[in-house]
Amino acid sequence: MVEHRPILTVLTHLVMLTGILLIAFPIWITFVAASHDAIRMTQVPLPLWPGDQFWHNMKITLLGSGLRGTETTPVWWMMFNSLVMALSIAFGKIAISIISAFAIVYFRFPFRMGFFWLIFITLMLPVEVRILPTFEVVANLGLLNSYAGLSLPLIASATATFMFRQVFLTIPDEMLESARIDGAGPMRFFWDILLPLSRTNIAALFVILFIYGWNQYLWPLLITTDADMTTVVVSLKQMLTAAEATPEWNIIMMTALLAMLPPILVVVFMQKLFVKGLTETDK
Amino acid sequence: MASLTLKDLYKSYGNTEVLHGISGEIQDGEFVVIVGPSGCGKSTLLRMIAGLEIISAGEVYIGDRKVNDLEPADRDIAMVFQNYALYPHMSVRQNMAYGLKIRGISKKEINRRVEEAADILEIREYLDRKPRQLSGGQRQRVAMGRAIVREPEVFLFDEPLSNLDAKLRVQMRLEIRKLQQRLGVTAVYVTHDQVEAMTLGDRLMVLNAGYVEQFGTPLELYERPASLFVAGFIGSPAMNFLEAKGQPDGMLQLENGVVISGAKSEGPVTLGMRPEHLIEDTEGPIRIEVSVLEQLGANTLIHGTLEGTEREMVASLPGIHQLEPGRVLGFLIRPDELHQFDSKTGKRL
Ligand SMILES: Nc1ncnc2c1ncn2[C@@H]1O[C@H](COP(=O)(O)OP(=O)(O)OP(=O)(O)O)[C@@H](O)[C@H]1O
Ligand SMILES: [Mg+2]
Repeated sequence: MVEHRPILTVLTHLVMLTGILLIAFPIWITFVAASHDAIRMTQVPLPLWPGDQFWHNMKITLLGSGLRGTETTPVWWMMFNSLVMALSIAFGKIAISIISAFAIVYFRFPFRMGFFWLIFITLMLPVEVRILPTFEVVANLGLLNSYAGLSLPLIASATATFMFRQVFLTIPDEMLESARIDGAGPMRFFWDILLPLSRTNIAALFVILFIYGWNQYLWPLLITTDADMTTVVVSLKQMLTAAEATPEWNIIMMTALLAMLPPILVVVFMQKLFVKGLTETDK
Repeated sequence: MASLTLKDLYKSYGNTEVLHGISGEIQDGEFVVIVGPSGCGKSTLLRMIAGLEIISAGEVYIGDRKVNDLEPADRDIAMVFQNYALYPHMSVRQNMAYGLKIRGISKKEINRRVEEAADILEIREYLDRKPRQLSGGQRQRVAMGRAIVREPEVFLFDEPLSNLDAKLRVQMRLEIRKLQQRLGVTAVYVTHDQVEAMTLGDRLMVLNAGYVEQFGTPLELYERPASLFVAGFIGSPAMNFLEAKGQPDGMLQLENGVVISGAKSEGPVTLGMRPEHLIEDTEGPIRIEVSVLEQLGANTLIHGTLEGTEREMVASLPGIHQLEPGRVLGFLIRPDELHQFDSKTGKRL
């Protein structure tokens, strides 16, 4: 729609600016708070403009032991934990779901529809619902405080399986048939044809799943008791209550800023593929 | 190169049988067209030869090898699909080379074959493009190239031209024919277009509802159609059919009571007359009341009804004719061009 009335132009811009402000203001406050020293952050009124302690705060947050008076792990290590968890979840989910979708779409095996519905049902059972039994299983397997324990229970994914199933269903049957005539077995077909054709969908899914994994809170909180295994998102909340004294807002906000960074980077770098994967239909 | 033998092939999907015993011998180097209306089972038959569809009963031989239980890749065939089925993420070169690579043929040999095929098909300059950067006709060539490089015993085509516009279709039709003759390879070609079938095939297999109606050369089909179905399917404009009665004295009584000679049996028969075989003659017994004219330049199609009845008839006269509607014209037909079919079974008498 192309309209050329000035009032409308002003109005649409106002709406957009309001939206941007609503989203950006908290981030701005986070940034400002991360750039002052601890003392300034306890005085009213709170500052609205950045101070000069940003790099200093970043250094003590990333490398130091975080909050004074506690023996927490440095934030860079927690970010590393988060990264391992997010990547394992994203790659694990993609791998498992693409293989399940491959089986369901391209193979005729007994109880195929049964399995299909089994996967379907897990849509209704996110971790939060099955948290007690899952914890029990993970504990019995001795996976508490481990990367495997952090990521494995979150990997099975009905949504991603469905997405890949839909993607595969749009690939014409003739593609499989000409691959068969070319002599490609099922695994070759999978590697040489299906995977490249799902490339953009994999990228889109990766972005979504990485952020999902990175933002996990409840599950890591539950199964990591070891400070070495804490993830950065979990630590944010702990920092608020850890020190007996008033919270050190500059450090907490710096941690929050750092925690936001990897998802932003992933989105920025994969933006093109991401959009293509969600919209492209050219198969 | 090899012959292809079909022995009593049946195909069922669940409880519905769609092919009811198809047999036929296709000679080495022959170009056979399977033709029939939509849904008659042409693709199914072709796919059974290719190995993409399980054979419910019967046998397929390529050369003297029974291939029923062989995978498509082991049957020594190549297939060109209607929608080309090129791999969208591979370049033209990779598309053509993929099957050879899987078979473990050396890089050098692959390159030689791909380039040779590209030269034959004049697609050399597109070798490094992706299929999506090609026009329909070019994609069609790539699909053929992919078949050629395999150097198969049998080429299979499933309506390969139906996605092209009319002009390109005629051009590609000729090219396919030339290519097949040049390579001397056995080919089976599926189409529902009878003109395509007539111009391409050494022999045509006319399929109707899962049965073979007739298997013969284009001229045989035109001159001696084995059934009403073939008679109506082959030829354009389509053959005129009218009901008649064979008299004991060897005459045929038409629907309007007029009698013509040449009865082959007594009782009801269906007569077939090709529009182009009706000869204008003022004394002619077949009298048509003109309703519409179609001027085609080289000839004129005269649409009308058999005088005194509602039976629609078409006659094709050479040259240009101007006639006002309502006029009655007389026509003759030579006895050997008058086709007679059993009214009940539709078989040729
Ligand atoms: N997978 C299937 N399951 C059940 N019936 C099928 C299946 N595939 C085809 N058929 C039926 O088999 C018959 C023949 O199909 P086929 O595709 O061979 O027709 P066709 O002659 O190629 O037609 P067209 O000219 O439209 O391509 C049709 O009646 C179709 O409904
Ligand atoms: Mg078909």
